[in-house]
Amino acid sequence: MTQPANPSRLVIPSRREFLRSSSAIVIGGAVAGTLSVSRSAHAGGDDAIRVGLVGCGGRGTGAASQALQTEGNVRLVAMGDAFADNLAHSLATLEKEEPLKGKLDVPEDRRFVGFDAFQNVIDSGVDVVILATPPGFRPQHLAAAIEAGKHVFCEKPVAVDAPGVRSVLATAQKAKEKNLAIGVGLQRHHQNEYLETIKRLQDGEIGDMVAARVYWNGAGVWVRDRQPQQTEMEYQMRNWYYFNWLCGDHIVEQHIHNLDVINWLKGAYPTRCQGMGGREVRKGPNNGEIFDHHAVEYEYADGTRMFSYCRHIPGCWSSVTEHVHCTKGTADISGGKIEPHGEKAWRYRGPNNNPYQTEHDDLFAAIRQGKAYSEAELGAYSTLTSIMGRMATYSGKMITWEQALNSELSLAPKEFSFEATPPVPSVAVPGQTQAV
Amino acid sequence: MKPYTQEIAGTPVKFDLVPIPGGRFVMGSPPDEAGRGDDEGPQHEVEVAPFWMGKCEVTWDEYEIWMFNLDIQRREIQKLEPTELDKVADAVTRPTKPYTDMSFGMGKEKFPAICMTQLAAKTYCQWLSAKTGHYYRLPTEAEWEYACRAGTTTPYSFGEDAAALDEYAWSFENSDDTYHEVGGKKPNPWGLYDMHGNVAEWCLDQYDPQFYAKSAQDGASVAPFLAPTRPYPHVARGGSWYDDPEMLRSAARRASDKTWKVQDPQLPQSIWYFTDAQFVGFRVVRPLVEPSEEQKAAYMAAGTEKE
Repeated sequence: MTQPANPSRLVIPSRREFLRSSSAIVIGGAVAGTLSVSRSAHAGGDDAIRVGLVGCGGRGTGAASQALQTEGNVRLVAMGDAFADNLAHSLATLEKEEPLKGKLDVPEDRRFVGFDAFQNVIDSGVDVVILATPPGFRPQHLAAAIEAGKHVFCEKPVAVDAPGVRSVLATAQKAKEKNLAIGVGLQRHHQNEYLETIKRLQDGEIGDMVAARVYWNGAGVWVRDRQPQQTEMEYQMRNWYYFNWLCGDHIVEQHIHNLDVINWLKGAYPTRCQGMGGREVRKGPNNGEIFDHHAVEYEYADGTRMFSYCRHIPGCWSSVTEHVHCTKGTADISGGKIEPHGEKAWRYRGPNNNPYQTEHDDLFAAIRQGKAYSEAELGAYSTLTSIMGRMATYSGKMITWEQALNSELSLAPKEFSFEATPPVPSVAVPGQTQAV
Repeated sequence: MKPYTQEIAGTPVKFDLVPIPGGRFVMGSPPDEAGRGDDEGPQHEVEVAPFWMGKCEVTWDEYEIWMFNLDIQRREIQKLEPTELDKVADAVTRPTKPYTDMSFGMGKEKFPAICMTQLAAKTYCQWLSAKTGHYYRLPTEAEWEYACRAGTTTPYSFGEDAAALDEYAWSFENSDDTYHEVGGKKPNPWGLYDMHGNVAEWCLDQYDPQFYAKSAQDGASVAPFLAPTRPYPHVARGGSWYDDPEMLRSAARRASDKTWKVQDPQLPQSIWYFTDAQFVGFRVVRPLVEPSEEQKAAYMAAGTEKE
């Protein structure tokens, strides 16, 4: 699942765009170059792209809708979810969407339920697979999709532990060898306001970065009560946000967006971090094991720091933003605002876009044109950045990038089935918990 | 009728209400008014029954009690038993939690609540009614314009000159791209703050550009209200921090639209949040004569989204 990314001023009246646009449109995308050999059957043509959806929650359903609204002939032909009710609800929702008329072709024999639904979707004659299950399944599903020669859109984060991140990195390499495209749902990379602001900062408009502050402070997310007939595995899957093998904690699941923005700006990943966190209000029987607050100080190789805060506590100061302090000024990247010391502030006034749509437009355009396209590495490394933060707050220790990347700690269950016993939730105790 | 302060029991939060006498006024704007929209006419006489209206827009302090169950949490922490009113209020639906901060960093304490759907604003009123024992709802479009004009007939309740707007309103010209604490500018003649600007305010009505033509047929139209039949478009009035002066005129009308949710990446999209309507909020009214239970239920049910 993901969330509206700083939609601040996203929909600007067209008149305003015209009046106040002071900068060129920056087209989003992470197109790395043209492949020498295009494997794509769609290159240059208007053949239907057949899409399969794995993970039929709200975000998966939304991603499918966006994929189907990219330019050209696209059809949703297969769906899979652990739960039949999720799948049915998702399909019913898509059927109600006017722009999707005629684009849904998901007969009953291409609706798959259960832990192996992902493989059945992959094997059902699709060209592109959308991976939108809880993030704990992502490495396994991504590997299977690339193994089968499918292009992929996968949601962030791409893993919940270091073995998962390494798996995704290996899969990313394989995808390149097979000329398969991978898009990752870090949609700020496709948002005009961010693209323009980051470019200006990287061009040195206010000098070099000294420090950054990033926040995902909000009230928290839903709780789904335990139902009497549920096995423990089903309960945890239904309430996936609160279990680390599924979610990775909110520092991974949501705060990744903010951490990723500073990595993007720096063109680098942090070398080490330390931090603190805990559970102040989220202590109930339905609150699993995740913390409700983390504060992490990240350090980059050049000594600059990123101060990261994420909190799920109602009634507190809330903010979902990224700010940077530079030698010649400050910037609110999320607000598209750059303030040089002693000079007039610059604000993004250009046209805005819906980055959730644009990230799909960019991916599908690359697939049709047979162009190389991979966001898998940046997705994996920003995922690792957030996992490293969790390792620091859970352990209370300084954690280096190498420690995080090489960690053997796997959160995955031994067996994927509703009868299997999932990992027992365990709330970390800083100073005692082994988190790496 | 007197002004009074409504406390929200079990919390430190309270807000002020101003009495609005019943009466007649000319709704809509004359054809020669600068910046006028085609949907503001024909002008026609309208009769409105007395009511109280929130002196200010509903703030996050008030709204988040309902949005985040803060009253229930407070009771639990203080180990207090719910009162009879609490029990009724607890039975009112509360919204799903948003995935992100719905104030978008523009401020919480004393700042107007924004980004709620009309359904959310109506349900808040339903909760507030249960919690306080007084019947609160959104104003109808006619009530809103009557209260905004406060006996005036000029484009703004302070006159004709948009240049004076800075003393009375937050608009695109002076807002620095953000909303502001409620009640920070001068009030209108009836003591209502921020009727022009700051945040646009939800009304109960469906938006219909032809509604005035239908209402104007014969003499005074009594308590006009166009019950919504679908989730879009509904009316929001008063203009906002994000709007130019003409949109802040007493007669200006705004229609809600599906694009107000474009940033919600989930499907189905939330019925509670307009992630991209960072300009829309609301204020409450309390009619002097309480409507029947049937009428109350009809107000609630009209044209809302279903989960």
